[in-house]
Amino acid sequence: MTATANLATRLESVLGAHRVVASEAELCEYAIDGMVPGAIVRPTSAQEAAEVVRFALTEKLAVVATGSRSKLDLGMPPARYDLALDMTALHDIAHFDPADLTLSVDAGIPLRQLAKVLAEKGQFLPLAVPCYETSTVAGALASGIDSTLRKQYGSARDFLIGAEFVDGKGALCKSGGRVVKNVTGYDLHKLFIGSLGTLAVITRLNFRTFTLPQTHGGHLACFSNLGGASAYRDAIGKSGLPLANLETLSPEMVALTASVLRETNAEFAARLDPGKWWIYASYEGNEAVVPRIARDLQKLANEAAAANGVILDAASDAHLGGVLREAFDWLRWASPSVALFRMALPQSKPGDLADLLCVAQESALRGALLVRAAAIIYFALLAEKEDEAALRALENAAAQVFSHAAAGQGHATLLHTSSKLKSRVNVWGPKRADFGMMQRVKHSFDPQNIFAPGRFVGGI
Amino acid sequence: MAASLLRELNSLLGSSNVLHKIEDLALYEYDGSVEKARPDLVAFPHTTEDVSRIVKLAAKYNVPIVGRGSGTGLSGGALARGGGIMIVFARMNRILELDLENARAVVQPGVVNLDITRAVEHTGLYFAPDPSSQKSCTIGGNVAENAGGPHTLAYGVTVNHVTALELVLPDGEIVRVGSKHGDAPGYDLCGLFVGSEGTLALVTEITVKLTRKAEAVKTLLAIFDAVDDASNTVAEITARGITPAACEMVDGWTLRAIEEYIHAGFPRDSAAILLIEVEGLREAAAAQATAVEDVCRTHHAREVRIAKDDAERDLLWKGRKNAFGALGRLAPSNYVLDGVIPRSKLPQALQQISQIGKKYGFSIGNIFHAGDGNLHPIVLYDPRDPRQFENAIAASREIIRYCVELGGALTGEHGVGMEKNELMPLLFSDADFDLMRRVHDAFNPDSSLNPGKIFPLSKGCGEIRVRKMAEALPAHV
Repeated sequence: MTATANLATRLESVLGAHRVVASEAELCEYAIDGMVPGAIVRPTSAQEAAEVVRFALTEKLAVVATGSRSKLDLGMPPARYDLALDMTALHDIAHFDPADLTLSVDAGIPLRQLAKVLAEKGQFLPLAVPCYETSTVAGALASGIDSTLRKQYGSARDFLIGAEFVDGKGALCKSGGRVVKNVTGYDLHKLFIGSLGTLAVITRLNFRTFTLPQTHGGHLACFSNLGGASAYRDAIGKSGLPLANLETLSPEMVALTASVLRETNAEFAARLDPGKWWIYASYEGNEAVVPRIARDLQKLANEAAAANGVILDAASDAHLGGVLREAFDWLRWASPSVALFRMALPQSKPGDLADLLCVAQESALRGALLVRAAAIIYFALLAEKEDEAALRALENAAAQVFSHAAAGQGHATLLHTSSKLKSRVNVWGPKRADFGMMQRVKHSFDPQNIFAPGRFVGGI
Repeated sequence: MAASLLRELNSLLGSSNVLHKIEDLALYEYDGSVEKARPDLVAFPHTTEDVSRIVKLAAKYNVPIVGRGSGTGLSGGALARGGGIMIVFARMNRILELDLENARAVVQPGVVNLDITRAVEHTGLYFAPDPSSQKSCTIGGNVAENAGGPHTLAYGVTVNHVTALELVLPDGEIVRVGSKHGDAPGYDLCGLFVGSEGTLALVTEITVKLTRKAEAVKTLLAIFDAVDDASNTVAEITARGITPAACEMVDGWTLRAIEEYIHAGFPRDSAAILLIEVEGLREAAAAQATAVEDVCRTHHAREVRIAKDDAERDLLWKGRKNAFGALGRLAPSNYVLDGVIPRSKLPQALQQISQIGKKYGFSIGNIFHAGDGNLHPIVLYDPRDPRQFENAIAASREIIRYCVELGGALTGEHGVGMEKNELMPLLFSDADFDLMRRVHDAFNPDSSLNPGKIFPLSKGCGEIRVRKMAEALPAHV
């Protein structure tokens, strides 16, 4: 009997055969950077998840909790990976009080399924994240991936109000509650956002929900250079116009977006001039607010000497917004070798964007920029081959991106790249000064280091 | 307290930055809560390095440390329950940087909340969290307690506006967490430290987000002849998905006291009022105001007034924010609770609070953040009468238990402190406490920082550092 078969058999004795999978083909589907787990377990309750964690503790196994597995490429490869804890069988809505706008859901519920239930009551959860059609709620949260609605609704830390989870001692714990305002005890649940499952196994999450807007719209403004686009973006900021999203696209990003759009809406794609910088704004509200914002944006675009300005109706806005929401996904496959960074830099220095594109140019790579929600920069470095020269070029460019971020009081993470580049570049960049603090947090949640070891910042 | 500690502290900071006489220390033995505990020494640092040195000195003498802003807290969070050195941040009160282009301010912990807004309001920006005590409470205290305020209904509490912190750990180490522009890679340590009530580290610098003022604001005063009508109005505003910037409720008993004192224009003969503010673009604010007014009228509002101008709006808010001061005219002391409930349960919660008041023989006033279900029942009592004090505590505990039964929590914005720590098991299991204790010990292993707070004394963390009742001052003295 192989070690894998042994593990599966022992797990079956804990949870029953129907909860454990160890077939070669399925195990490969759970691979992270080429590492394959020894077994997959699918608990159907929080208690069962806790039993698996206690089993892992006894057997000294490393556990990676998974949802739809759409973002397993985030972070470094795990140092050890024995068990995939597939949480998709926990998919109930435990509590939804539409009159209180609060919600409590199991970790594995798909966002799309949840959205349908909420929409029936005229509500939604502003987690508009990439791989939306498949993502689970806990996966979206643990990945830390940005929602396109974060400008208006904030990131998950602004509407996550509580959590239930299994800690690294195998105990079922909770933090926060189901009320929209609460300072009772430590806010441990906020730590799970972007933690890549390194602290605990999330079993349930509590959120405040929001009312669906009456309508929405979008506006596209096109500029022949970055200076014009930046001036327009600054004018929007000073105007105080309430926008759901505000995205800046470099010419290369426009070309990539157009090529994705072309598959579903060729006519729309033809309107995007890939030689230009584009700024896309989306906004929500009632029938009076939406046209007012469109008019104001058009006026600001004219004042900033935009080459072109297009007001999008709700359908076009949803279409373009949907394509841009998925940018993280399609950028991963935009060329044979990709290094996709997520960065935050001061908004007041548009020169930073030009500098980043220079990094690409000097490394003979294509560079595509998207500034999400006026705050987060997605920067893709694209190589046309997968060979050693391409790897070296990406490696050198990555070092420059990290130092550029540090010099600008910002930060950068290599969100996606190949396993080969990960063997040369730490995707988290240089260790930050607060790394020691993070180690303390990790150790208090997971003293035996069984949750996704090695995937996180600094090897946590 | 060792005389050598005082000597060393004096030499560290200069004697003008140290208090040690009983009459001076007495000023620091209380906050806005009903609790009391006296520090042995009070120190006023001017820099982060001062704080680090004080903490190291405290470690050398094995005495506890508690941080304090202006002492307006309502849960005993800034009281020296274990004695020791109280670090008062009043002299670390500089705004270090205003980065208007990136809408950030970097401030020392002793900066008064409202002073941040005053420094930037000419640019159309402001600092959104607005506790009622914002004219005197400090941002450091706001961070420790994760303070709220009326407008947090739309804009979130303190944690939603903090992006980076500088901290001093119990061993004197100075560390920075978070990032000016937000979303730094790694765990959200800012999210953990904000609201940790000074039990994990001392905060010595805070980077906050600044918010742009809305284009239009409409402030509505809805007047009701029945409390139930007012609470049903709030429940329906929430259920209809109308999100005001603020939605405050004041019952008739309380507003009469306010009116005597502030003359805000609240009708003395009403059973309750709602103070509702909507903000946004002109078109959005107008539509929301209409929708709010419609709900108010559906629930039998006697009158709905809209503030004509800023002066009228300011007066209404003055009435709301100075309410607690007004209540001081009615009784020698009051006990302000801070329970939170699901907003859909508001009508039944107010009825139950009234019943509990009757049971214990108190009139309980209500002035609170109705829009987010954050109740502030106020029990008026005479602390010189031990029986009244005991009854006030018993009534308060019963109200909090009821909030939890409804699916709520112990505290929405005031913190647990030493006031509600023994009620924590109503919400948390032994496993929850075990994890929270491990997190606590990861940063504050000897409980030298703010001992005796948050955790029930039976659940670890700091009990050995808490003075026995005979040593501490009884709360009703």
